[in-house]
Amino acid sequence: MVKALNLALLQEMERDEDVLVMGEDVGVDGGVFRVTEDLHRKFGSKRVIDSPLAEAAIIGTGVGMALYGLKPICEIQFSGFAFQCFHQIENHCARYRMRSQGRFHVPMVIRMPYGGGVRALEHHSESEEQFYAHVPGLKMVIPSGPRNARALLVAAIRDPDPVVFFEHKGLYHAAKEDVPDEIETLPIGRAQVAREGRDLTLVAYGAMLRVAREAADTLAEEDGVEAEVIDLLTIAPLDRETLVASVQKTGRAVIVHEAPRSFGPGAEIAASIMDGAFLSLEAPIARVTSWDVPFPGFAREKGNVPDVARVLAIARDTLAF
Amino acid sequence: MYRGMLLGRRLDERMIRLQRQGRIGTFAPIKGQEASQIGSVLTLRRSDWMVPSFRETASMLSRGWPIEKLLKFFAGYLEGGQPDEGQNDLPITIPVATQLPHAVGLAYAAQYRGDDVVVMAYCGDGATSEGDFHEALNFAGVWSVPVVFLIQNNQWAISVPLKKQTHSRTIAQKALAYGVPGLQVDGNDVLAVYAASREAVARAREGNGPTLIECVTYRLGVHTTADDPTKYRSTEEVAEWERKDPLTRFTAYLKKKRLLEDGLEEAVDAEIAAAIQRFEATGAAEPLTMFEHVYAELPPHLKAQREQAAGWLREGENGGGTTAAPRETSPPMRGQRATRR
Repeated sequence: MVKALNLALLQEMERDEDVLVMGEDVGVDGGVFRVTEDLHRKFGSKRVIDSPLAEAAIIGTGVGMALYGLKPICEIQFSGFAFQCFHQIENHCARYRMRSQGRFHVPMVIRMPYGGGVRALEHHSESEEQFYAHVPGLKMVIPSGPRNARALLVAAIRDPDPVVFFEHKGLYHAAKEDVPDEIETLPIGRAQVAREGRDLTLVAYGAMLRVAREAADTLAEEDGVEAEVIDLLTIAPLDRETLVASVQKTGRAVIVHEAPRSFGPGAEIAASIMDGAFLSLEAPIARVTSWDVPFPGFAREKGNVPDVARVLAIARDTLAF
Repeated sequence: MYRGMLLGRRLDERMIRLQRQGRIGTFAPIKGQEASQIGSVLTLRRSDWMVPSFRETASMLSRGWPIEKLLKFFAGYLEGGQPDEGQNDLPITIPVATQLPHAVGLAYAAQYRGDDVVVMAYCGDGATSEGDFHEALNFAGVWSVPVVFLIQNNQWAISVPLKKQTHSRTIAQKALAYGVPGLQVDGNDVLAVYAASREAVARAREGNGPTLIECVTYRLGVHTTADDPTKYRSTEEVAEWERKDPLTRFTAYLKKKRLLEDGLEEAVDAEIAAAIQRFEATGAAEPLTMFEHVYAELPPHLKAQREQAAGWLREGENGGGTTAAPRETSPPMRGQRATRR
């Protein structure tokens, strides 16, 4: 997935001189995960900016650049450090359009690696999408594989609104897929049906998509159950239409995410399904999530981040209800 | 220059009365800081950018913001914060110091595009304790971008005096740590502020990077209209600074030089009165337009919410409920309790 993201950046920078990349170690080093590899060599230090180590100013100066008409792509090295720029994102990225009544807008992309399961330290393993998904004015995108990552990143760069773009660290090198040479885009705000089914809807995104798919395969093999898997791709604005249509068909829903449960994306997804498909429901909507604990250290991560076994168990409970 | 200072002062006084009458909400008066604002802003060209905080009424007026627009802003209409097309000013920023990185980004973008543009960003002494202030100065220094940080050191950040705000002897010296020139100037001397700003703007325009200017001034009035400064500072101190009132000083200077035009006060008051009339003619805010500027395109869930809101409003009109709250006394700003008088 790293190469696919790199290709999206490269092609968009070739296409549009207003596109800039900024962040810590994104230039000469090519980024700590190599997503910006070679861009510095190709486009120089004015367009691929090795910034000082300060998250608020990375986003804050990015806001200024975007207000002027450039399209900065700001990288926060790990999503766990983004709280040092959260005020810039919430106070300003998300609000300039409203505050200036349309005179200004902030067409920027904020890329961050997120997620656990990679044996990393505290602040390097968390999932914080709910904070951004909750903010009106922001869009929140999480791809699940190389091809949709590249297509969504291109769409995010071209989007007139600020997009927070999460990349799962576990997918950077593990996820492999062919991507075409020509530029592709996917619409932001649209989920995809990753696997069709009629008995149960599994909702997932990011690295949890693989977990949901494996659970669906096992359910088909061992239980003769056909689970539909929805890959959200965009957390906000949420594609309620696709969710509701699926649950109207299946009558059962299990939501899988890595973020802690309470007030997490699953709550909004469940409420949206209730709003649109209440009369189709055959069982309570279930959530398989990390527990409501701070990151417990990677030695205990296995007990925290949802895995196939937990999804299977909850899915079977839901089917048996 | 004098007219700009006078307009700032007279409008400020008028706005306090409007606020006390409940016709506008909470705002931050500028009384005492007119020289710092006008002396600096007049060194900018129209094509340059101005980045205000929330206490730059005189600077904003000088940049062409109509009076009635500012009044609208403080009456709760976001339309009042919308810069005109082609007007290179950001709207008022309320979270302290957070506008400073924006100024640096604007300056970077202008330099990137090869535009002949200087950015002037305002903040106060309290803002110099914020991380964003330091990050912005650091980035500006490293990038050597055309930006001027104009600090109005008015001695008080609400109730906290400068000596509790920083252990530095001056604010200007903070610039030195970032390799940025720092100037300290008598902020109540409009000509001194003008000279310092002209130097800084010229340095930026010639490609020689940022400057920080500390204008030593004083907030003669309240922090905001929800503040009661008698709780934290002495009347003797205020009286001391009133003797250094920048408007009185400049008036005396102009009189001595026989440069003062007659009838200026009346003209300024008439301009304000006419603007207040236009402001008073503002219609009620149409609630549903709140959905217009969230995203470039309205997503499905917001379309649905707008429909819901429209339904509730119709029901309200039919007597099913109240939707328009009566005007109440203005809520406090950051760190303030509403004072009861």
